[in-house]
Order: sequence, then structure tokens, then C-alpha cells
Amino acid sequence: MSNPAKVSFEGVAKSFDQRGTPLEVLTAVDLDVREGEFLCLLGPSGCGKSTLLNIAGGFEKPSAGTVTIDGEPVHGPSKRRVFVFQEYGIFPWASVWDNIVLGLRDRPKPEIARIAKETIDLVGLTGFERSYPMELSGGMKQRVEVARALAVEPDVLFMDEPFGALDSLTRLTMRSELIRIWKAKQPTILFVTHDVEESVQLADRVVVLSNRPGRIADEVEIGLDHPRDPSDPRFAAIRTRLFGALGVHAGA
Amino acid sequence: MILALTLLGLGIAALFIGRQASENVQNVALPGGVTLILVSGWQAAVAATPGTAFPSPGEALAALVELIRLGRLWGDIAASLFRVTWGFLLAAGVGIPLGLVVGWSTRTFRALNPIVQGLRPVSPIAWIPIAILWFGIGDGAGIFLIFLSSFFPITVGTMAAVRNISMVHQRSARNFGLRGFDLFRRVVLPAALPQIITSLRIALGVAWLVIVAAEMVGMDSGLGYLINDARNAGSRYDLVVATMIVIGVIGIILDLLVRKLENFDEVRWGYENR
Repeated sequence: MSNPAKVSFEGVAKSFDQRGTPLEVLTAVDLDVREGEFLCLLGPSGCGKSTLLNIAGGFEKPSAGTVTIDGEPVHGPSKRRVFVFQEYGIFPWASVWDNIVLGLRDRPKPEIARIAKETIDLVGLTGFERSYPMELSGGMKQRVEVARALAVEPDVLFMDEPFGALDSLTRLTMRSELIRIWKAKQPTILFVTHDVEESVQLADRVVVLSNRPGRIADEVEIGLDHPRDPSDPRFAAIRTRLFGALGVHAGA
Repeated sequence: MILALTLLGLGIAALFIGRQASENVQNVALPGGVTLILVSGWQAAVAATPGTAFPSPGEALAALVELIRLGRLWGDIAASLFRVTWGFLLAAGVGIPLGLVVGWSTRTFRALNPIVQGLRPVSPIAWIPIAILWFGIGDGAGIFLIFLSSFFPITVGTMAAVRNISMVHQRSARNFGLRGFDLFRRVVLPAALPQIITSLRIALGVAWLVIVAAEMVGMDSGLGYLINDARNAGSRYDLVVATMIVIGVIGIILDLLVRKLENFDEVRWGYENR
């Protein structure tokens, strides 16, 4: 591989104890994610893709194997690698501004203000600094979540179906916004989704996980320029291949 | 007959108001109507039964005026409120921090929760003899009893609130490296605050119930003592009922005061969709 691996999974497996019998969720996943790459983990629900992300994020420990980031084994969560949650992980008791500066506590005041302002502008929340999450729409809450993560300028963003709770129009907007932000900041992104269309729309590379226990079933380099047109035959071909890898053979 | 007609008329009026009027008018008119009906029922019941011990609404009102004229009422209200305020504030001051720490630390929770749960079902009333033994007749015993009766709902409510903090919020806090005091100030306390306020409401309600009982048994001032005194001094049930009304009204005011806390921006989220 030309680029060094930013995030590296080596033989990562995970099983949970379910009433005395181990339930194998992931089995021997080997995967290298390049620096600055936008990687989608695609799979059916319950295939362990979120578990894989939680392990990389340092929230769960693998039963076997290791995850290394920049060659260092992951021992726990870090500000350098930020999680964007599907259910709103932003704090409903804090204003938009206070949510976004959460990870900047140790910086000097003027710097906090500058970064917060830049980030708020970047995600399009200007004018809503003093609002509380409950006053915002689902899409705007998700923007706050993304802004809070971006403010600390992480090397890696873990996104666990971040747009899953949004309506379909907002979801489309958020996808193109995410691409814009990703191009501006170039973080490495691991993005979990069960939406084939979404993965083809966003990713440099899509990794398909099989049904439980999850293992890598297919891997596709997208290789199309942004913005991507779903009616492009190449787009359609990749989509068909991914559906096939998921075991779905749509008539359309 | 007249009463039945009045009730019928009020019922029809209530229905009419229910359909037509705005929410604000309804909020005043409907409970007002029900109160009127109940007071009429009270009046009718007193008129229909022999004996004069139980006062009519008019007599209770006259007794209330008498209490105010005598200047007796304010002193007793102040005595009751003084005990409740200090007992409650002490309980909140100890119970909230304790509940936060015990709720957050699983080991402390395991160690202390059974003890707290074991002491909780003991009625504060049962502590009255011990309170008097330790503090004598007076404010000390009252404050101690109110402390006990508020401490358990506040501590248990705060503990439960902390244990209910959502996994995503806990993970967010860890992801952004929050630790120690910062963690409590920015996540644990604010996440638990809506439920803490609810437990404060419950605690203050209990405290207000307990102080009356405590003053009836073991104190020589306060609204509870006033009730006992009125009965002992020649079966003045009009004064008893008047005092009960005062206790009720103050109880409502106390609850409204705590509910004011629910309007702050920092906690409003906790009362949505509940």
C-alpha cells in the first residue's frame, strides 16, 4: 500500500457472553485504513460493524487481535479520535457553543473562541450559538455533534450511522456537507452504515461485513469524483455489486 | 334541591368552558368550579348533620381571620417554615453530592445502596422519639426530622438520576477526556439535574407532611402544634380546619417554588416528552 496505515485491525474478534454461551459477533477482521481515507463499513444490522467501531474508538476491548492507530495499540478513547454518535451524543443541557467547546477546555480563551467560531461557520450553525439542542431540528443537532468532533481537529472520526435518525432529505444534505467538511479538514473517517446508497455516495472504499459473526465479505474502491451521481452507470454497478455482497439481489 | 340544581348548572358551565374557552381560562375556571362544588358539598353536609363540632366553610373562614387577627398564625408559619427550610437545605447539601458520587462510582453504589434502601422505608415519624431524645423539644429536633425525611428521597433520587445517564453521554465525556471535578460539573451533575429537581419536589412535599406530624407530637410551636393546641383548648375544630387550609396552601406554594427550577434552560430538556 502506498500510504502507511492510519488505523490497522489485526485479527480482531469479539464475542459476548450471552447467558453462559459465548455469542461470536466479529471474527478475525484484518483491515488497514489509510491516512485521510473515507472508509465505509457496510453491513446488515447485528453484523458487528458498530462493535468494530467501538473497539477502534477504545470503548470496547476485542476478545482477540489488536487495533493500532499510528502504530500504537488502542487502550481507550482519546481526543485525537472522536466518535460521532447516531443517538445524539451532544449534551442537551448545554448550548450549541458550550457543546462545541467541550474538547477545547485546556486551550487559551481567545483560541477557544476562534476555533469555535470557525467550526460553527464550517458546519453552518452561525446564529445558533446560544440555542439549546432541544430547540434545533435533528439535522442541526447532528451538525452540532459533527462540529464538536471537528473542533478538536481529530485525526480520526468514527461515525456510527450518524445520519440514521434523520429524514431522507436532511440525510442527503448532510452527506454532501460531510464530504465538503472532509475535503476541507482531511481526517481519516470510519463510517458505519447499513445503507448501500450512502456508502457509495460517501466512501473512498467500502468494506462489506457479512452476517454475524461479522467478517469481511467484500471490499470495493469507489474511485468516482465528488459529487457523485447515483444515475451514473459506474455508481449503479458498484451498488449492484455491494447488494450482491450483502446477499440481496434486487430486481430493479 | 337547590344544591342539586347548582351542581347541575356548574357542571353544564364546566362543560361549556371546557369546549370554548382558552387554556388559561380553563386552568382557572375548571379547578375553581370544582372547588366551589366541593365547598357547597361541605356546607350541605354540615347543615344536614346534627352536632356543631365540625365547622361550616364560613366558620372555618372566620377562624382563619381570627388566627390572623390574633397574630398567632404568622409565628407558627414561621416556626414550621424555619424547620423545613433548614432541614431541607441541609438534606440537599449533603444528599445531592453524596448521591452524585455514590451513583457514579459502581463500587460505592454497591457498598452503600443496600444501607440507604434499608433506612429509606423507615417513616420519619418513627424517628420522632429519637429526635427528641437527642435534640429535646424545639427547632433542633424539627430540623433533624426534616433532614431525615428529605435526605432519603434526595439522595436516592440523585443516585438513580446518575445511574440513568445515557451511555452516549458517558462515552462522549470519556471521548473528550473529562475527568474528576470537570466530569461532575460538566456532565454528571447537569445530566442528573432534571431528576434531582424532581426528587427535591418529592422531598419538600414529604418534609411538609412530616413537620406537621412532628410538631403535633414533639414541639411547642408551628402549624402542627397549632392544630393540637386548637383541639386541646376546647375542641376548636374551626381553628383546626383553618390551619389545615393554611397548611395546604403553603404546600402548594412550596411546590410551585421548586417547580420554578424546571424552567431553566439547563434542565428544560429533561421534562420534554415525559
